[in-house]
Amino acid sequence: MPPSFNPYQRAKIHVTEKRGQLQRFFYGAGNLVVFAGRFFKEVVKPPYEWREILYQCYLVGYKSTFLIGLTSFIMGVVLTIQTRPSMAEFGAISLIPGMISVSVVREIGPVITAIICCGKIGSRMGAELGAMKVTEQIDAMEVSAINPFHYLVVTRTLATTLMIPLLAILADAIAMYGGFLAMNIHDTMTLRHFFVGALGRLDFIDILPAIIKTFFFGFVVGLIGCYNGYQARRGTESVGLSANAAVVASSVAVFIIDMLAAQITDLL
Amino acid sequence: MTDKHHDPVISIQGLKKSFKDHEVLKGIDLEVYKGENLVVLGKSGSGKSVLIKCLVGLEYPDEGEIKVFDQDISQLRYDELNALRVRVGFLFQNAALYDSMTVRENLVFPLRRHKKSMTREKKEAVITEMLENVGLEDSIDQMPSRLSGGQAKRIGLARTLILRPEIMLYDEPTTGLDTATSHEISELMVRMKKKYNISSITITHDMSCAKLTADRIVILKEGIVVAEGSYEELKRSEDEWVRSFFY
Repeated sequence: MPPSFNPYQRAKIHVTEKRGQLQRFFYGAGNLVVFAGRFFKEVVKPPYEWREILYQCYLVGYKSTFLIGLTSFIMGVVLTIQTRPSMAEFGAISLIPGMISVSVVREIGPVITAIICCGKIGSRMGAELGAMKVTEQIDAMEVSAINPFHYLVVTRTLATTLMIPLLAILADAIAMYGGFLAMNIHDTMTLRHFFVGALGRLDFIDILPAIIKTFFFGFVVGLIGCYNGYQARRGTESVGLSANAAVVASSVAVFIIDMLAAQITDLL
Repeated sequence: MTDKHHDPVISIQGLKKSFKDHEVLKGIDLEVYKGENLVVLGKSGSGKSVLIKCLVGLEYPDEGEIKVFDQDISQLRYDELNALRVRVGFLFQNAALYDSMTVRENLVFPLRRHKKSMTREKKEAVITEMLENVGLEDSIDQMPSRLSGGQAKRIGLARTLILRPEIMLYDEPTTGLDTATSHEISELMVRMKKKYNISSITITHDMSCAKLTADRIVILKEGIVVAEGSYEELKRSEDEWVRSFFY
């Protein structure tokens, strides 16, 4: 028979549980900061793993182009189709390219790219490093006098930091092309006309902060993916948990960075 | 040959290690001499694996001193520890092959790091020699997932030996293998020890492996050494618990 508690005892248990969760959260956040600190310490140290960095760039960048291209194309099409009726009501169809370009370049392109990378790349890194940890491959590197942090974490985090901005730029371009095709479902607009309208609305302040924030997105996707893989303990269950935690934590981090970036841009 | 007249290559004094409230090692004193294979026996949870992980800095002792080639492990900086690690090979229980790399890449990986001046041809020759040692020349382009347990152990041994370590640490080298393969791995360990004059510590539950490879055996019980001697001496021990390993 389960023990019965009075309301005071139940509240006390609840508070204790919440306090434990909060402690674990701050403990994890502290560990992540230490992990990031170690990254900055290790990234400048030789040997530079060019071969592994290039391989990871290939995995992160080239291997994600189809998925990023497809989703951003759909995004551009959907955005245009859904915006058109409201714009038509105000007789402002000619403003659609500019509206699409500003929303895609400033927000939708970078964020959607980062979120897709959280799912595709962050989870892969979490699971891969988690499995390596569980099967003692990371220990094997350590005892072979090869710094596993340098070889695994630095290379992967650098690859995501460099590749996600490129993927975001690609996503922006494809989303705008998708928008152009969607415009031509009901109206007739030449490619030149569309892009003159789209790029004419874009300002330096739209492009630069958006690109800068994608470097931060890339950094957190790689770092949090690797961090969660490194935290895996014994057993296959922890590999799944690492992958899952990598996706959740990096997605939240992307939104937090995006919010901060919006606030900072707003001040400029 | 074991040479007890020289200084030990590994010396452990008063080693203690706890995980939270659980004291795993309660004061271990051990020495391993050049050319000797010391087999460490003990039931699961007696701290055998923790003991050898402390020797390569994968775990750090709470108390006590570990000297490998007369260098105190806990006093070494990271780069000094890495220099020492090159001289100490570690064969993991599940071989721990890098599963995203082929057998060749697994073997060339440590060479690329630690033998930078070695030419590509020389590296190939060393890899071939190591694969010949373990009898798996044909597996050079296979992925680890395609290897059997015994083959993975052999490749793991080849990868560990490729840097020509002076000390080998074997963590349950025959666990999970059938009797015939276990015997082959044990014989391979003896052959490699003779060929490269390696000193070693072997953690095992497998008495046939212990019989074949041990120059000396120590038995751990609840984190302390309770018996030490040759296979035959311990088999005739007056302690019923010690004899129980040999039934």
